[in-house]
Amino acid sequence: MSADRPRSRWLPIHAVAVFAFLYLPIAVLILYSFNRQGVGGFPPHHLTLDWYRILFADDAIWDSVLNSVEVAFAAMAIALAFGIPAALALDRAQFPGKALFRRLVLLPLILPGIITGLSLLMLFNLAGKRLSLLTIVLGHGTALISVATTEVFAGLQKLDRAQEEASLDLGATYWQTFWRITVPNLKLPIIGAALLIFTLSMDEIAVSFFLIGRENTLPLEIWARLRRGITPEINAISTIIFVFSLIAIVLWYRLRVRAEGGTEIGAELLETSEPHP
Amino acid sequence: MATFKDSLRTQTADSQGPANPHLLSIRNVAKSFGRNQVLRNVSLDVAEGEFLTILGESGSGKTTLLRIIAGFETANSGELWMGSERLDGQPPYRRRVNTVFQHYALFPHLTVEQNVAYGLRVAKRPEAETRQRVAEALAMVKMTAQASAKPSRISGGQQQRVALARALVNRPRLLLLDEPLSALDANLRRQMQVELKSLQREVGTAFVFVTHDQEEAMVMSDRIALLRSGELEQVATPREIYSRPATSYVAQFIGHTNLLKGEVQAGTVRCGAISWRTELPDGPALFSLRPEHIRPVQGASSPGAVRVRGHLLHQAFQGSTELIRVAADGGMVLTMRVASGSSLADHLEIEFSAADAVAVRESPERI
Repeated sequence: MSADRPRSRWLPIHAVAVFAFLYLPIAVLILYSFNRQGVGGFPPHHLTLDWYRILFADDAIWDSVLNSVEVAFAAMAIALAFGIPAALALDRAQFPGKALFRRLVLLPLILPGIITGLSLLMLFNLAGKRLSLLTIVLGHGTALISVATTEVFAGLQKLDRAQEEASLDLGATYWQTFWRITVPNLKLPIIGAALLIFTLSMDEIAVSFFLIGRENTLPLEIWARLRRGITPEINAISTIIFVFSLIAIVLWYRLRVRAEGGTEIGAELLETSEPHP
Repeated sequence: MATFKDSLRTQTADSQGPANPHLLSIRNVAKSFGRNQVLRNVSLDVAEGEFLTILGESGSGKTTLLRIIAGFETANSGELWMGSERLDGQPPYRRRVNTVFQHYALFPHLTVEQNVAYGLRVAKRPEAETRQRVAEALAMVKMTAQASAKPSRISGGQQQRVALARALVNRPRLLLLDEPLSALDANLRRQMQVELKSLQREVGTAFVFVTHDQEEAMVMSDRIALLRSGELEQVATPREIYSRPATSYVAQFIGHTNLLKGEVQAGTVRCGAISWRTELPDGPALFSLRPEHIRPVQGASSPGAVRVRGHLLHQAFQGSTELIRVAADGGMVLTMRVASGSSLADHLEIEFSAADAVAVRESPERI
């Protein structure tokens, strides 16, 4: 009892310290995007929207944003197109070398970006392929297949297989069952994987660095500018990205809560069901 | 409501083929998973409109047998016939068999109504017909009010009803039910037993019902098929299986019993200190004697009764009756059932009629 007391007094302080460590830098970043004096000087004074005006007039930044969005969507499509079938194969099919396949699919997840980037660069060189946004798309897409596979595979594992049997029992063919029962139940993991891949691709630097051609992605553009000296314009674009991420997280959360009514029963069934003899 | 049930009845009556009186014939079905032999040589017939229960402990293979009928498992050998149609080898979606799953397996992303309509929509029935049949099926299971609810928003008993409606709306020739009441609490379960049985009588569809609960099997079934370690021990009506158990396993599984091991010699059974006349051939014999067929002797014994002395070991109160364990002279322990509140002396004499000792086959040891 007495041992608990000091801990409960320190807990709030500890929590505040952790959150300060996590979010204070972001708060400072946002604050200085409104500071006329630039990134130097404390406390900031002369709050202004000038840096945002400069940012919105800066075509180079917006080109790189557009490039990043294009790359992210394309990488998402590639990763899902390969990742979903891979997850299905891992969950349902029995084939020789399955354990090896599983490890190979998941390898890019733990492989350092430098290795992935370097090896892809050598591959494209060998193939005589000019570096461009396309090579970045291929790099991100292949590296992120593992993310799509793990997310969708986790969703498949949670799926109540009796539902698919019920569908077959009610006269639906395997194909109809896949589209009417399996896919709707995988909606959340697929959307989750897509969002995750999108974000990972958006701020990817290591692989992009090796594969970049003439056109920059946003992280590389920011990095290039930082080498020339930091300006609050960077703070402004970072603030906008932060706000967008926040909106995306809130949307994702609400989608999840709304779908929860549907997933509840599946989870409950999973807990109580026993394997067939 | 009536139309739905009537339509079901006509359907089953029409399809009754003269060639094969059985709706479903299971012929010598065997199944193993790896080295684990789950079913061995099971043969069983299901008649039109019958309520047949496959009863067995967990691991007896009852669920596997059901899954073979539904088409989710393939038997290693044996045949499945529905009338003159060979069933095995056909995918589940071509069999005119529907299943109520143990945990119902309702589709969580569809409403109650969409769940029930699933089979008809997949079969591309006209929308007007689908709507009408779904409405009738929901009315039949009293779920009309919850038609637009998602399955997660209704209770376990209601989910069970929806699962039933979802299966029956397709007018299957045979309905399979895989321990559908096991997830319900005791009260609701008894209520659903009665509801399910009366529903089955009304629609007239044959039900094959799987359970491990012998009481449930006795209450609901026209016939019980008792499965043990993948083999059928006995297939009979509840009355018959109780009063004329074929094997010692059946006698012990269904209700309480005393198993008496005896030796027949020249028309007389000797069993410890007691003996009685029999028509069995010479040799060892095993008898099942129900506790309610043993009674304390009061005054003169009944004619033809077998009597034995003993003393009271243990009394178990069971409501209207009590189970009394008596150590009989000669080392045998017998259990008898008496009305609650019967006054019994510590040392007493008990008796039973020789006709109530039913000769049973000894069930061989099996894993």
